[in-house]
Amino acid sequence: MITNSLDAAVAQCAAANHHLAGSTDAVIEVSGLRKDYGEHEAVRGIDLEVLRGEIFAFLGPNGAGKTTTVEIMEGFREASAGGVRVLGADPARAPQAWRQRIGIVLQESAPEAGLTVRECLDLYAGYYRAPRPVEETLDLVGLGDQTDQRAASLSGGQRRRLDVALALIGDPELIFLDEPTTGFDPTARRAAWTVIDGLRQLGKTVFLTTHYMEEAERLADRIAIIAAGKIIAEGTPRTLGGRDTSEARITFTLPPEAAAADLPATLAERAEAHSDGRVQMISAGVADDLHVLSGWALDRGIDLDDLEVRRPTLEDVYLALVAEHDTRS
Amino acid sequence: MFLLFRYLLKLWRRRQTPGATATTDTAPTAARPTAARATATALTATAPTTTRPSAAARGPLALLAHQARYDTLASLRNPRARFFTFMFPILLLVIFAGVFGHSMTTVDGVRVHLSRYYVPGIMALSVITASYAGLVITVSAARAAGVLKRRRATPVPPAILVGGQVISTLVTAAITSVLLLVIARLGYGIGFSIGALGAVACAVVVGTVTFACLGYAVAGMIGSPDAAQPIVQATTLPLFFISGVWIPTNNLPHALRTAGEIFPIEHLAAALHLASVRGSFTAAFAPKDLLVLAVWAIAAGVFAARRFSWLPVTANA
Repeated sequence: MITNSLDAAVAQCAAANHHLAGSTDAVIEVSGLRKDYGEHEAVRGIDLEVLRGEIFAFLGPNGAGKTTTVEIMEGFREASAGGVRVLGADPARAPQAWRQRIGIVLQESAPEAGLTVRECLDLYAGYYRAPRPVEETLDLVGLGDQTDQRAASLSGGQRRRLDVALALIGDPELIFLDEPTTGFDPTARRAAWTVIDGLRQLGKTVFLTTHYMEEAERLADRIAIIAAGKIIAEGTPRTLGGRDTSEARITFTLPPEAAAADLPATLAERAEAHSDGRVQMISAGVADDLHVLSGWALDRGIDLDDLEVRRPTLEDVYLALVAEHDTRS
Repeated sequence: MFLLFRYLLKLWRRRQTPGATATTDTAPTAARPTAARATATALTATAPTTTRPSAAARGPLALLAHQARYDTLASLRNPRARFFTFMFPILLLVIFAGVFGHSMTTVDGVRVHLSRYYVPGIMALSVITASYAGLVITVSAARAAGVLKRRRATPVPPAILVGGQVISTLVTAAITSVLLLVIARLGYGIGFSIGALGAVACAVVVGTVTFACLGYAVAGMIGSPDAAQPIVQATTLPLFFISGVWIPTNNLPHALRTAGEIFPIEHLAAALHLASVRGSFTAAFAPKDLLVLAVWAIAAGVFAARRFSWLPVTANA
């Protein structure tokens, strides 16, 4: 009991420290970033801030300027205008030593030809002044049983885990993960999430791009959405695009003998009935509406066995935001 | 002859296995937690203090050696490279010496059997295959696959990446040259004096570095790795005919000889030919030809430094 409460106190203290450090320490600062390729303007003035210890998800449709932005932050491309600071340096002009502190999982990269998994890790470990132990890094990404296998013979999911291991071997503070689970089956995706969650526990900052809303929702502390070269929304997975304040949707199916018009007046005026008996309504007061609805149903002996109350999913919000932006521009 | 060939191959395989196990031995296998899963190990993560400092921590030379070691390992395990760099030149030597070996030609005023003529000629070809062809193909493939970009995402300086590849190429060129010399000696009784071997070594080193620079220059120009093989063939095959690799240059019309002398292949072949008919290092050493190679190396190096891109060639979006 004593140890338990002590543990709790330590955890609380650590959380407080983490929060304190997080609130003052920006790992990535981007302001007014622009990038054009000749006529085409890929990035049209974006601002971003990623704090230490945070998992930040960067979402957006293909061609929205996502990869360009990430490649500028990784130092592979130069910005046309605006300020970019990653770990205190301008990535385009950062000294080679700056790369000691970052790890990058590229969207696409094949394994090192001819080398085993362990040799790949040994090779990359040599590039860093203070690398992590190879065995432990392989265990961290779940490749502990493939160490002596040729990297080229790994499955798609295993290759991706090798990529993550190669990005982690230098023990970086900041890790870029560019669509780390694209093409994974659901099991492999969940395994990858465990690994990324593990990074959070190591205190790493993670900049994640993904097309999977479930992934962003599950992993990210904060999310930004880019469309046509601009940030169109930013927030936590719960609040993004006003998701927390938007109204809930109640749906249920009525048996053939009952009609939506028979519902109590307060509900009937909002109910939208479909021909198959499915009824849907927007609710600002879920508890009130459900109370009225269930009372009414009990009186008539109706089961309402598929009753569902649902707020918009992150995907709903994302699609709405991107579509809204498309129609405006 | 064939038995010798198989014996060499067996030797070669044996060379490889201890090399492969040695690399795995260097990592401590005892310290590996078996049951611990991802997050559990993540939390206990602290580097054991007993491990030796990383290559980067030991300085640029250690890092260069580190890179060269893994590049060599990878290239020795590449089946295409094994065939084209090690087997193919030997096959050519056996065929050419067997078919035309008894005819005569002159090299720098010395009358020799064609079998002797083909040893330096094929050696030039094998050096070019190991360095130029090997690099154009592997570098363009590694770039298209994002391997070079991933390496550049680490703190390793680009000079180390290039240097490691060049050293690894020198190792393969040395192996294939020694193989050819041994087969020439044992199979055909064609020997080189010690002094001449020194000159051969100089020509092989200068030639390998030159063709490695050319390899990077050409790899910088081509976009798709699909183009690598045809471009290598188009740039080397015609020159092999007019540079004294397959046909003695004094059998060629004047214009073709002159054309051949513009390009570096002729000068590498000429330097090796000279060594094959001379007894002392000073007589066997060909400063003019090596100078021409060095000029090509510098030009190609400068071009590669300006043009070479580490990122896959993609449409910008």
